[in-house]
Amino acid sequence: MIMLKVTDLKVNYSGIEALKGISFDVRQGQIVTLIGANGAGKSTTLRAISGLVKPSSGSINFMGRDITMLNPQRVVAEGVALVPEGRRVFPNLTVKENLKIGAYLRNDKDEIEDDIKDIYRRFPRLREREWQLAGTLSGGEQQMLAVGRAMMAKPKLLMMDEPSLGLAPLVVKDIFSIIRDLKSEGITILLIEQNANAALRCADFGFVMETGHITMTGAGSELLVNKAVKEAYLGSK
Amino acid sequence: MFDRILPYLLSGISVGGQYALIAVGYTMVYGILRLINFAHGDIFTAAGFFMVYIATALPVQFAIPLVIALTVALGFTVERIAYKPLRSAPRMSVMISAIGVSYLLQNLMWYVTGGLAKQYPTIPWISESITIGSATTKVVTLITPVLTILLVIALVTIIQKTKIGMAMRAVSKDFETAQLMGIKINSVISTTFIIGSLLAAVGSVLYFSNYTSVTPTVGAMPGLKAFVAAVFGGIGSIPGAVIGAFIIGICENIIKALGYTTFSDAFTFALLIVILLFKPTGLFGEKTSEKV
Repeated sequence: MIMLKVTDLKVNYSGIEALKGISFDVRQGQIVTLIGANGAGKSTTLRAISGLVKPSSGSINFMGRDITMLNPQRVVAEGVALVPEGRRVFPNLTVKENLKIGAYLRNDKDEIEDDIKDIYRRFPRLREREWQLAGTLSGGEQQMLAVGRAMMAKPKLLMMDEPSLGLAPLVVKDIFSIIRDLKSEGITILLIEQNANAALRCADFGFVMETGHITMTGAGSELLVNKAVKEAYLGSK
Repeated sequence: MFDRILPYLLSGISVGGQYALIAVGYTMVYGILRLINFAHGDIFTAAGFFMVYIATALPVQFAIPLVIALTVALGFTVERIAYKPLRSAPRMSVMISAIGVSYLLQNLMWYVTGGLAKQYPTIPWISESITIGSATTKVVTLITPVLTILLVIALVTIIQKTKIGMAMRAVSKDFETAQLMGIKINSVISTTFIIGSLLAAVGSVLYFSNYTSVTPTVGAMPGLKAFVAAVFGGIGSIPGAVIGAFIIGICENIIKALGYTTFSDAFTFALLIVILLFKPTGLFGEKTSEKV
């Protein structure tokens, strides 16, 4: 079943076309990745879906509902959460408060507590640092917190913007195994990565973006062996 | 010596509390919007006039809540009309808008009052005299610091313990990510203005009950001093603003006690210059690096 359908999406930043009409689908239960160089429009795509930037034309349809022009708060309420680039945890809030604020729109107090415990089971490091300010965490811990915070909204679709950026290789491995775990729990994931290799390895489906267009599509395993993709993004000849 | 200082010390603590109630409004708005709300002092003055007019029609115990409600409505409206439409504009534009609102309110007050000083009503009980040791003072002098501290504790508890408080702290760091959590930025900002105006209204009742009359510009000086207190404490920090306000209030009055009354205002502004030169982040201010 198609969960997210993006059709001919265009976004302008003060006159500059960042997205020049892209279309793609995300199917329920899959990991879908957008890969491409800096400035290709990957982040803009996620920001437009989240409602942080308003598209100039095109449409975004989520679970049969048009969410093109919704505000970010409404998009979250529809079940789409974004783990933003650079993690963006609230440095002046404790780890636990960061998780609580992820559940800002929920009113089921007891279940929220259960879900926090669940996040702690998944990321034991966060439990150890429960009362610490998020600003004092390491990069990897902040990324776990950012993922945990997004999970607290109980999203149907989880979008992640460069989750491995700036992290040590071992931590990157952790992050990708978390992504696989989430998928096995039935969460649909839309992933942006510069680490195309790792992204394509775990993705069911991939799209290659270049300067505001989607230039290639295919199953993750297909793109991984595609000659053009290899040369441009996987750093091998 | 002490007997001579005591009344000044008492009134210093009291004035400090009044500055603190105004200063919290400056510092909270700055904390969230990075905006110096220049209209805040005029909202404080407007609260004084609300009292003048309402007290002619209603007994004081009904007038005070109504004054607070009207002041809150004024603060809320100013934000909606003059600041909200400029949310994505450069910070300088919002600041100019704030200066505009300040003059607008002042001139409206001139217009309504015809430029005449209006007599401030006597509020029973808190205007009564009381003797402590060698000093005779008004009840309000003693109530102010207690009430201020209670209100500030309540406020800090709201910010630290409640959901809306958590949202305020999140919004103060990161608008965009806060929105991604489902937080309505505009409601959080409105709440901030509502709290700031509420405290200013309480401060206004306490402040003006020491004086016989209100004029449109009489709020400018306490407003400025509260602003200095907020900068002194570290703008953005609520405890900082409160401590800064008490220090300024006490110092001013000690200076008066020593016989240098003429210089008491100058002291406050000299302090501002010294802070800005040597510790621009104030007592408890956070070090911020401007985002590029």
